[in-house]
Order: sequence, then C-alpha cells, then structure tokens
Amino acid sequence: MKRTEIRLDHGAGGSAARELIEHIFMSRFANPVLSAASDSAVLGAPPERMAFTTDSHVVKPVEFPGGNIGKLAVAGTVNDLAVSGAKPLYLSAGFILEEGLSIELLERVVESMARTAEEAGVAIVTGDTKVVERGSCDGIFITTAGVGALPDSRAGIGAALHVQPGDRLIINGALAEHGAAIVCARNDLETDPVIYSDCAPLCDLIETMFAASPEGIRFMRDATRGGLATVVCELADMREFRIELEEDALPVKEHVRGVCEMFGFDPLYLANEGKVVAVVAKEEAQAVLSAMRSHPLGREAAIFGTVGEPGKSRVTMNTSIGGSRVLQLLTGEQLPRIC
Amino acid sequence: MKYIDEYRDRALIKGLVAKINAESTKPVRLMEVCGSHTMAIQKFGIPALLPEHVELLSGPGCPVCVTDIGYVDHAVALARRSDVILTTFGDMIRVPGSTSTLQSVRGEGAAVQVVYSSMEALKIAENNPDKKVVFLGIGFETTSPTTAAAMQAARNRNIGNFFVLSAHKLMKPAMTALIDDGVKIDGYICPGHVSIVTGTAMYEEISAAYKVGCVVTGFEPVDVLQGIDLLISQFEAGKPGVEIAYKRLVTPAGNTKAWDLMWEVLEPCTANWRGIGDIPESGMAPRETYAEFDAARMIPVEIEAPQEVKGCMCGAVLRGTHRPTACPLFGTRCTPEDPVGACMVSHEGACAAFYRYAG
Repeated sequence: MKRTEIRLDHGAGGSAARELIEHIFMSRFANPVLSAASDSAVLGAPPERMAFTTDSHVVKPVEFPGGNIGKLAVAGTVNDLAVSGAKPLYLSAGFILEEGLSIELLERVVESMARTAEEAGVAIVTGDTKVVERGSCDGIFITTAGVGALPDSRAGIGAALHVQPGDRLIINGALAEHGAAIVCARNDLETDPVIYSDCAPLCDLIETMFAASPEGIRFMRDATRGGLATVVCELADMREFRIELEEDALPVKEHVRGVCEMFGFDPLYLANEGKVVAVVAKEEAQAVLSAMRSHPLGREAAIFGTVGEPGKSRVTMNTSIGGSRVLQLLTGEQLPRIC
Repeated sequence: MKYIDEYRDRALIKGLVAKINAESTKPVRLMEVCGSHTMAIQKFGIPALLPEHVELLSGPGCPVCVTDIGYVDHAVALARRSDVILTTFGDMIRVPGSTSTLQSVRGEGAAVQVVYSSMEALKIAENNPDKKVVFLGIGFETTSPTTAAAMQAARNRNIGNFFVLSAHKLMKPAMTALIDDGVKIDGYICPGHVSIVTGTAMYEEISAAYKVGCVVTGFEPVDVLQGIDLLISQFEAGKPGVEIAYKRLVTPAGNTKAWDLMWEVLEPCTANWRGIGDIPESGMAPRETYAEFDAARMIPVEIEAPQEVKGCMCGAVLRGTHRPTACPLFGTRCTPEDPVGACMVSHEGACAAFYRYAG
C-alpha cells in the first residue's frame, strides 16, 4: 500500500478499494471460501442445529493493553456462540472506516483478527468495507456475525432450561479486567503492573468443560457489558430463582481493585471479555472446576455461588465482612463504548 | 490493598460488632449525613450486623439529592442556550427538573459534558474561547474549595468564558436545621471527606448546643463500625461529645488552605434544600469580587416555574423521618432507570442505595 491513511476512494469500489481488500484483508484472512471471492460465502451446513449471532464493536480506544477492536470483534462473536454450547465455525466481518484512519493501525487490527480467528478455529469467510467521511465515525467500527454447530445435547443451555436448586456457579477467572483496562487507557492511567484486558476466545476452554462433564453444565453466559452481576441477575430473572453469592470467593486482582476503588466502580459490574459464568450440577462442579483450572484461560477458576429455591428472583451476596446485600441489574450508562 | 484491606479486616470487624452488640442496651437513632456513608453502609451489608434497636438514618448528605428543582431548571435553561457548554459531575445529568433533565436537553442537541473536576471544566473553557462554559458547582465543603480554586485559576489565567452556577452548601446549618425541625437524632455519623476540610470545630458547637454525639469517620467497614461504636458508647454513658474515628485523614483544625480559599471566593447565602426548604446562610455563592465568574449574575436566562412531583417523599427521606421503602413510588414508579426523585438518581442517594443493596 502506497498510502498511509484511509481515503474515501478506499470504499468506492474501484481500484483503491480492491487494493485495500487484497492487501489488507484477503492476505490475512486467507481461506478457501474467502478466496473464491464471490458475493456470498458458500458453506456446507453441519449435521446438527446451527447457532447464529452478531455483534457490533465500537470500543474506544481502538487499541488497549491486551487487545484491540479486531481481537474483540472476533472473540466477542466466538464467545457468544461458545456459551450457547455451539462450536464456532464461520464469521463475517463488516468494517466502517473513518477517512484518515491510519492504514498501519488497520493492519494491526486485521492482523489480530486473523490471529484470534486462528486461535478459535474459525474462518472469516465474508466481509464488507465502507469508508465514511472524517467525523462520521470514530476511527473504526467492526460488525461480526458468526455461525456454529450446536449439538442437540447442548440445546437449552443459553436459556437455562435445566438449572436446578443446588447447582453451583463457576467463573473461569478474575473479574473486571477488560473494563479496568479501558478505564486506564482512557484516562492515561498507568498501573504497575499494567492491567491487560482479558479479551480472549473461550471456545477451547468451554469444550474442555463439556469434556469434563457432558451433562452437568446447565447454563453459560459470557460476562461482558454489565459484568458478572448482570449475568447472575438475568439468570435469576429467567427462571425466578434465588441465587446466593460469596464475595470472598470472587477473584479480583489487586491492581484492578485499586482502579475500581479510585473511580468508584464495582468490579462485579465492570465488563469482561474473556469470562464465562457457568451453572453446573452440584455433583459435577468439582470436576468442571478442575478441568477449567487445567486450561490456560481457567487457572483462577472459582465456585462463587449456589442456585437456591425457586420463588421471587433475588440475588444476595454474603459480603466479605460477614454482612449480606442484594445485587440488582446495572442502571444507567456505566462506561459507554466498552466493546 | 494497603489502606483498604486493613479496614475490611474480618477479625477487627467481628470484634467491633461483638462490642457494639454487648454495649448497646436501648433504642438509638444515628444519622449519617454523607452520601458515601449511605452507600458504604448498604454495600457492605452493615445493618445486618447491628442490634435491631440501632437505627441508621440517612440524612441530607448527598449533594445531588438536596439540590432543589429550581436549580436543575436553571441549569437546563443555561444548557439550552446555543452559546453555552454546560459541564457537570455525572450524577446531575439525570436529575429531573420541572419538565426536563440535562440528559434530555443533551439529546435535543444541547452541549452538556460530564467532567470529573472543576479544573477539567476550566480546561474546556480554555479550549473553547467562543463559548460560555458553565460548571455546575455542587457539593459541600469537600468540593466547594475545588470550585473556588477553578475560579481563582480562571482569574489568574485570564479565562473570561468560565462561569460557575453554584449550589454549594454548608454541612452545619443542615445538621442543626434537622434537630430544630424536630427530627430525633441521638448521634451524628459525621462526614469524613467534609471534615478533612472543615476540621471538627463545627461539631463541637453542634454537640454542645444540642447534646448530640458527633463522631467523624471514614468509609470502610471498620471505620463505619468504629464510628457507630463510639456513638453508642457516648449514648449509653449519657455523655455526647466529639470524637474522630478517621484520624488518618481528619484533624481538628482541618485543611485551612482549602477552607480559606473557599471563603475568599464564596460567601454564605440562603439556600433551598430539597425536602427541607430554605435554610439561611447554608449555601455558598460567588462573592461580589468574583461576580464575573458567576453564571447566575452574568448569563441571563428565563427559568420555568418549578413544579414538584406529587407523591415523591424525597423530603421525608432526606430528613430521616421516613425510610425510602415507605415512599409509595419506591421501586414502582421510581427506579434508578426511571427516577422520580433525586434520592433515586444519585448514586449516593438513600433511595438508590436501598434499591441497589437492600431491595
């Protein structure tokens, strides 16, 4: 590429657009379906049911410690499929680029999408690029959609259909790292050690969990915007359960706690981009926990709560000082453009 | 984490809880007058640790909650001017005025920006010389000196387009007004941050005049429980007095530099407190010598006639005579997503704290 910045003609469908697509996207996302370069990706359907999801990404800043908008766009959609119980297969990627965007930055973003897709075992099989005039978007926005194969035995996981009293709640590691990393990046705050976003594709970890207990996993969701508290409150609402959490059991790293204290955030409500909350049958919980801890993305996994009796949905937390309080859904805007 | 973990130490807390439970023999009403205390008490689940006859009341300590509706209307009117950039702490954005909020006028195209400090607002003024940048001065003695500092800096740096719309308030007149008004209070859990600036002289006056205990404390569970323990000891012994349970930050003399700066730039005025009404000499407004930075004097606007919401009990909640759950609107018509009264809007409001943590 001769130019260093995105110009409007990169989105005009002519030679500049073609150069951009070939040099930036095709070379990095290379796979047989994409290389066919037709207007649609033509795919073989899996024998099972299919899961299908989409997500738009507008994170600010575009790059942050531990990732960038590209990694987030791939991992986010992969994770939405994986927590539904599906094995992610194919993604699409739509880009809205602002005139003047650095091409070097775009290359880093695309590079990281390719790497994350490879790590997750998915292929980016179709895409689109639009360029808007300066000021009409903020650098780069990416929309990804994804399809995955959903084995029959895992249907109903996203809807918590099989959750029962006594089931345990498990998380794969420490909370609030993505949210805290973004807060630090936006406020030019350097912590020692640096806080890295936990952004990562969770499909391999989740397959490890299913391998340890094919029948015992009853619900999963990734704890993104609104954090862990939101997932647990939504779970309580879905099936009208009481849920009891233990504050002491929830892992939060020291420097993340520090940032939360300073800005007045509750780590339970800050976004994660590589955390899954799972509800697991009581008798299977230890086996799933051990399997998670054997995986690089689950080293700090912890059991942090119990599903109680059905009734009015209510989430309570036994606080670390021995008191008790209620958890509610997040209200208002906590951090806009977190993902 | 240093300065946090020590004050959340379980053994210390257990000891304090046991001591309070052993010591306290009769019903006692303690009021905190700081929004951060309201939140800390609910967030850590402290009421569950105390004997039932220890009643914790939330007083008028959340600066957003005590701001009267007319002030919000004034801010909305300023924001609607095309030559104004209105800057404010985030909590004010959603507080309902008579017919609108700053959030709604922002949606309609008004320039309303959330800032974390008065100095950030000053910077916006510096960067936008063709606009009038108005900062909403909200808060007690903790934040008033920072507003004063921004006004002084504006003068020193010749920034002529920076203005303050002040709703700053003083803590002491509110504390005495409540007792004068007949609210029964056996002890005040005094605000830690305010006291860093004010010191404890004002509590000495209150304690002597009203025979009420005043204990300054911080915001971690050990701080709060130690404050409650000291107040209960005083109450049981019948010897109300002034004590500091937050010595790592609060001194009897306070921060004299901040205090002097506040009085140099601002002067007392009658202020309207939501739920309480007018209290003489309880507000802080720019002095004549700083009039050129006073939005109220310098930027004329037409303000709509204030309309209070029917059924909202924020006033009674702020006076500590009713708990948030006693309000018929609580949790039904008034929730944090769609608040009616200011106590539900502010993160530190008593209703929001009850809704979030004690539901």
